Amino acid sequence: MTGPLLSVRGLTRTYGARIGCADVSFDLYPGEVLGIVGESGSGKSTLLSCLAGHQRPDAGAVLFRTAAGLTDTVTMAEPDRRRLARTDWAFVHQNPRDGLRMGVSAGGNVGERLMATGARHYGAIRDRATDWMGRVEIAADRIDDRPSAFSGGMQQRLQIARNLVTGPRLVFMDEPTGGLDVSVQARLLDLIRGLVRDLGLSVIIVTHDLAVVRLLAHRLMVMKSGRVVEAGLTDQVLDDPQHAYTQLLVSSILQV
Amino acid sequence: MYVAVKGGERAIDNAHAFLAEERRGDPAVPELSVAQIREQMRLAVNRVMAEGSLYDPDLAALAIKQARGDLIEAVFLIRAYRTTLPRHGLSQPVDTAAMAVTRRVSATFKDAPGGQVLGPTFDYTHRLLDFALMAGGPDAPLPADAGTMPPVPHGGKEAPPSPLVGEGWGGGAPRMPHVTGFLNREGLIEPAPAGDDTPPDLTRSPMELPASRALRLQALARGDEGFLLSLAYSTQRGYGRTHAFVGELRIGMVEVEMDIPELGFAVPIGEIELTECETVNQFKGSRTEPPQFTRGYGLTFGQTERKALAMSLVDRALRWKELGEDFTGAPAQDEEFVLMHADNVQATGFLEHIKLPHYVDFQSETELIRRLRAEVLAQREAAE
Amino acid sequence: MTDQAYNFAYLDEQTKRMIRRAILKAVAVPGYQVPFASREMPMPYGWGTGGVQVTAACLVPEDVLKVIDQGADDTTNAVSIRKFFRRVSGVAVTEATTEATVIQTRHRIPETPLHAGQILVYQVPIPEPLRFLEPRETETRKMHALEEYGLMQVKLYEDIARHGTIATSYAYPVAVEGRYVMDPSPIPKFDNPKLSDSPALQLFGAGRESRIYALPPHTQVVSLDFDDHPFQPTKAAHDCDLCGAATSYLDEVITDDAGGRMFVCSDTDFCGGRRAVGHTGRLGTREAPNPTRGEGASPPPRGEGPGVGGHAGQRAEVVK
Repeated sequence: MTGPLLSVRGLTRTYGARIGCADVSFDLYPGEVLGIVGESGSGKSTLLSCLAGHQRPDAGAVLFRTAAGLTDTVTMAEPDRRRLARTDWAFVHQNPRDGLRMGVSAGGNVGERLMATGARHYGAIRDRATDWMGRVEIAADRIDDRPSAFSGGMQQRLQIARNLVTGPRLVFMDEPTGGLDVSVQARLLDLIRGLVRDLGLSVIIVTHDLAVVRLLAHRLMVMKSGRVVEAGLTDQVLDDPQHAYTQLLVSSILQV
Repeated sequence: MYVAVKGGERAIDNAHAFLAEERRGDPAVPELSVAQIREQMRLAVNRVMAEGSLYDPDLAALAIKQARGDLIEAVFLIRAYRTTLPRHGLSQPVDTAAMAVTRRVSATFKDAPGGQVLGPTFDYTHRLLDFALMAGGPDAPLPADAGTMPPVPHGGKEAPPSPLVGEGWGGGAPRMPHVTGFLNREGLIEPAPAGDDTPPDLTRSPMELPASRALRLQALARGDEGFLLSLAYSTQRGYGRTHAFVGELRIGMVEVEMDIPELGFAVPIGEIELTECETVNQFKGSRTEPPQFTRGYGLTFGQTERKALAMSLVDRALRWKELGEDFTGAPAQDEEFVLMHADNVQATGFLEHIKLPHYVDFQSETELIRRLRAEVLAQREAAE
Repeated sequence: MTDQAYNFAYLDEQTKRMIRRAILKAVAVPGYQVPFASREMPMPYGWGTGGVQVTAACLVPEDVLKVIDQGADDTTNAVSIRKFFRRVSGVAVTEATTEATVIQTRHRIPETPLHAGQILVYQVPIPEPLRFLEPRETETRKMHALEEYGLMQVKLYEDIARHGTIATSYAYPVAVEGRYVMDPSPIPKFDNPKLSDSPALQLFGAGRESRIYALPPHTQVVSLDFDDHPFQPTKAAHDCDLCGAATSYLDEVITDDAGGRMFVCSDTDFCGGRRAVGHTGRLGTREAPNPTRGEGASPPPRGEGPGVGGHAGQRAEVVK
């Protein structure tokens, strides 16, 4: 595959007079992890929302490489966009309850995307679900339990399994470690890093936690007040920040 | 030996005969006349007209008699009748500003042009059973305090001038502009949405969601008073609070006019009694947009205050989206929930249908359960 | 003798035209729920108004109408609806499935195979197969439009995970021509196979929910399942105690205080027809006349056997 997997041009979203995100452009290549960092109100969540098709931007294009070449997902027909969201794309919510069906068993949650794309063999679906639960380190005997019986970390891992089971090429993550204990976070990040490497996933991850991007992201975009103030390789940006705001961010981290 | 016999038809006929006997009750007691119901159970008649969506006090009274006082059953009768009536056309929108008002109160101002007219209301009565009414009958003497309540006006009847208004209204229409009009002049309240579009007709086309405000109001006007009452109450208790003030509650007769194409102009075809309620609600606005009060609206046939008030509150609660408010998850804000369950004829039909035989499906469930139980018990035995 | 105050079949011609237009749309897109302006009818919503409106829109004076509920012509609601149509249309009525041109049914498909030219009208309470998974109409409409039926399959998966088998025994969802998922009305799943490739026209009317849908003749209808948990059209493992039929859906009748029971065909016309040509079951006898066809039943048969208890020879008056 030549060329970027995702190409974003001039993405803008405003709320009346207030800027959500303004004029964001970047390319994402297969196997790349892009981190978007900034503090609350920086516009990173709005940006992710627009990229993933949850909101409609006011201007700009989000070009995704489908079988038919680079296609603008903003102007795509809704049925096509929804199908994309079920197959080639994945979205990991900050709060796993937003990304899981709490009233459905773990196996049902993981199997849903398979069933939604035509899988009709109960045993095979169950095997795939068990397999994926293993990959995200959830015991196989919990396959019939509801997510409400899981810890926060387990729910998050289940959400990841549910999203990855159809082999998406692009994964959006919104603060996936938010709200979790530090040790649980570490385990989750390790898991994500392994999956990204093994599956060759492209990921766009939004976070306010610089440690997360240090661990996971190849490249970084720093946002402030809806605009990208700095972008580049993660290590370069974090070790040698150029923009004043980035310098502030980096220097604010407690060194433990 | 079990033999299924033909009994259904005979059973139904006998049931209907029994019903007719029960409806009549004790033959020694004089039979209730439709006119008595129309005159003396007027509020029941009003409710049946409002929810039946048909203004005809005599028919409503008949329906109540036939339904043995079950008002939802009476509404059903009226609706079924209405469906068979030919449609001649649409009337002009009624002009409630020109209403011959019997009762008009506003909670937002101490007084306003036209005044506060109490009219025939239970509001300030003391809820003490009046045993003198038990003595009432065709030839019974009037109880001691009769005559202190002004008689209810019904098209053509003479009525006393209101004690609080300078001009009587037996003659020309009183100067009683809507209170919200004054707020509007100052720009304090959002303007009432104007439009010339013909509103959709719920009885002629299926309900489509999301619904326009006109469609919502229509559904609420026909909706069950009890359901709307509870929803309105819930908003007052915090489930989607809208801070309602009663800007205007007016009850009285309005003229209905209809365009006659052959004549080329509109002619009055009759008078009907309406209750109209306008609430003044939570203002919206921001530091850059000057705040305005918002509106809720209720309109019903006859004197049906509780319904009109409830309708206003629920109308306002359902407007959260167009007013840029948050959806708090309150039932009264959930358009689909409210509109899909407001129709009491539909509701009771479906509720009561569970009395019908369902034994075929029950048989299926029973077989399923037997099978599942057998499997579980067999597994248990195998484990032991 | 029709009631002169009403138009033929009660509905005015405009309304019939509106309903027929909806029916045509439904036939053009098998399994798709077409919204229609359901009228207030003289019987309550939930009691068959959808079916009645569809039947009323289809009837012509030459039609022969059969009305059944739970498979029987004799249940009170079937009697009531049949009486209604006799009164407002004057069409001939019959209990014989083979003679009917229009059959209105609640909760069953007749056992006797239908033939071309017949119309089967189903009464539908809840037309939306996804309703209990997703209560919002705005959302289910989208799911149908976008063919997003994953949730339906998940429900079946959950059933198997919890019970070891799919736990739906009636109103069992089906896929129509590989496109729309449809609720076939609360017929027992035993009847589902009859939906597919039928020579008759099948129409579904939901009055309260204001939807009409259809299966044109010879439409492919498949009950949802998994490859390794295939759909099974099950029924009670008995034969009919009156006529001996092994393949018809049975009603379970409790015959005494001790819980003794017997099983009889739910389809009364089918059962009566079999007995009229001499078939008998465990508790039926050759001499017994068919009491469900025509008036004037003769003395009851003296059947004996297990499950009948102490009531042998006694006529059980069942007024439904």
